[in-house]
Amino acid sequence: MKDSHSAAPASGTDATSLTSGAQQSSVELVSGNEAVALAAFDAGVSLGTGYPGTPSTEILEAFDALGGRAQWAPNEKVALEVALGVSLAGARSIATMKHVGLNVAADPLFTAAYLDLPGAIVVVSADEPGMSSSQNEQDNRRYAVAAGVAMLEPSDSQEAYEFTLRAIEIAERWRKPVMLRMTTRVCHAKTVLRRGKVPSIPSPRPADFKRNIPARVMVPAYARPAHKRLRAALAQIAEWNETADVNRIVDGSPAMGIVTSGISYQHVREAAPEASVLKLGMTYPLPFGLIRRFASTVERALVIEEGDPYLAEALRAAGIPVQGKAEMFRLGELNVSRVRRILAGDVSPEPELPPGKPPTLCPGCGHRSVFSSLRNLNCIVSGDIGCYTLAVLPPFEAVDSCVCMGASIGVGLGLRHALPPEQAKRVVSVIGDSTFIHSGITGIVEMVYNPPSTGHVVVVLDNGTTAMTGFQEHPATGRKLDHSATAKASIEDLVRAAGVRNVHVIDPTRDPAAFERLLKECLDKPGLTVIVARRECLLAARNIREYERMNAQCN
Amino acid sequence: MRSVTNIVIAGLGGQGVLTASDIVADVALQAGFDVKKSELHGMSQRGGSIASDVRFGREVFSPMVPAGEADFLVAVEPNQVSVNAAILSPSGIVIEPSQFPADKLHSKKSLNVALLGALSRHLEFSEEAWTAAIKRRLPEKLVEVNLEAFALGRGH
Repeated sequence: MKDSHSAAPASGTDATSLTSGAQQSSVELVSGNEAVALAAFDAGVSLGTGYPGTPSTEILEAFDALGGRAQWAPNEKVALEVALGVSLAGARSIATMKHVGLNVAADPLFTAAYLDLPGAIVVVSADEPGMSSSQNEQDNRRYAVAAGVAMLEPSDSQEAYEFTLRAIEIAERWRKPVMLRMTTRVCHAKTVLRRGKVPSIPSPRPADFKRNIPARVMVPAYARPAHKRLRAALAQIAEWNETADVNRIVDGSPAMGIVTSGISYQHVREAAPEASVLKLGMTYPLPFGLIRRFASTVERALVIEEGDPYLAEALRAAGIPVQGKAEMFRLGELNVSRVRRILAGDVSPEPELPPGKPPTLCPGCGHRSVFSSLRNLNCIVSGDIGCYTLAVLPPFEAVDSCVCMGASIGVGLGLRHALPPEQAKRVVSVIGDSTFIHSGITGIVEMVYNPPSTGHVVVVLDNGTTAMTGFQEHPATGRKLDHSATAKASIEDLVRAAGVRNVHVIDPTRDPAAFERLLKECLDKPGLTVIVARRECLLAARNIREYERMNAQCN
Repeated sequence: MRSVTNIVIAGLGGQGVLTASDIVADVALQAGFDVKKSELHGMSQRGGSIASDVRFGREVFSPMVPAGEADFLVAVEPNQVSVNAAILSPSGIVIEPSQFPADKLHSKKSLNVALLGALSRHLEFSEEAWTAAIKRRLPEKLVEVNLEAFALGRGH
């Protein structure tokens, strides 16, 4: 259906080839994301859920293409909660998200670790060091420690496949969630996968509810012993990790021994082919005995890791003397050249690469006129996460803040509360449709509950798709992950129900002057206004027509 | 002597950079090599620069071509050569549209595959292997025009 001759949507097309490739041969070139999907499918995962986000998006799309049950949730918190329910029912689940998505899902994650979970639950955190398409480069290995969740870190597609199976096995053995922490180059790089040589794991059990109130209801009296049980389980997993085959030693010269994990392992093997290497597959809880023995056999023990000095700090705290990296290498991705520098202790300035052509708001984007109007009216724009964030670039430069999913509304309200009236009256919150469903609704409730004295204006840029991540469906498109029809959430009805009286729906491209007049009128009065600027994404329109046609035939 | 061949394919979003690197990776995989292919997704579909790394050899570790080690830089968009110049090894070869009569292409959209034709002259894979990979990686209706483009780039 998709024209794979043009490179445009990276998602979807790969998943199709994956299915046919799997049938042809046992040696495949697949991305880490596809490998996770294959493992989930092979392990009988009964539900995959998540929210789209680079670099995690393709996992659920590939799982769906294989025939697995995959769903987009409104946000990562809901996804993880649905996955938890599946797990409580005794079935296997996987919840996928980008690193910042785990912030949203952190609330259920921390207490899920206390629960007794009969079915495996694998939480995939796809981190993005280097921020090719993210607002920060937080290192989610810290979450595993903070929440007390065992963590596996694959370094290529083969391991992404094997570690997903292992995560399911560990989750069911200890009845605890397991985190699969990936990074951009593991998610998206295509590497060789041989499925035939992988040992199988136990078959899934049929779903069946078995009551166990003290182990599943986290009121304080039950949560206190549950925390104790979590720590005991983690101690057992740490013991298991000491001899587990997820960790590997590459024999080399005793002059230098490198402790590493994930993608950093690949860079290390290339940058220092002669070194001894301890490659850790499970990086929480850590196998300190194994690491201590390895470090004692080498003259110089180093840690090579991307992002935060998580391993270096943990090993030093455990009394294992290791060298880490200079602070400059905390920023951005590692690569072979940077690992060579770390090994050589070279902290001289790195050469700056010439900038490529930056992405732009598409020339035919139906929401360009919105940003022209925001600029014409000299608005202070509280922005949000999506392709419309690109309006920060010339020629518009019409975004004044961008923090996290849904923040446009709360931040806009705070600006309105604090600014002098002449400035406050110019503040506008701008948010996309998928982002609105993800975390804009509570912001609207706050706006009605604590209205600024100058009122407020929220513009929802509704392009009918989750465009930035590759045109995924969401609850307000009326279609599920596989594009089949379902109930459609109405953005205008939601905001009316929350108590917003001035609700306008307008196509900003059909008559840009009319849109600008409407925006000016709304800014000039003190009430609360939501303008739904509805214009389909130009890149998605053809596919949307096709989905609509197919769904009409089904009815 | 390095045992890994490093190819970087560069262009702008929408020019078929990923399709081209998929085809190269497929040819190398079928020839029995270890293969890794990597690029950054995300913003490229908004028309930005994109570069895809393909590495093959007996054993490949990092999926990213290190700076100064690319044996070939295939530029679907000629202005991306300077952007990616630092990736090329001192003996590296640039493959770009000016090296064959690109104006004879039936469709500009098959420029990516025509460049693979030009690249193929430097690699030891058979023409049959390339043809088979193009057939596997492209929708049937696009195979014919792309095989012609490949032949144009290869120079016959």
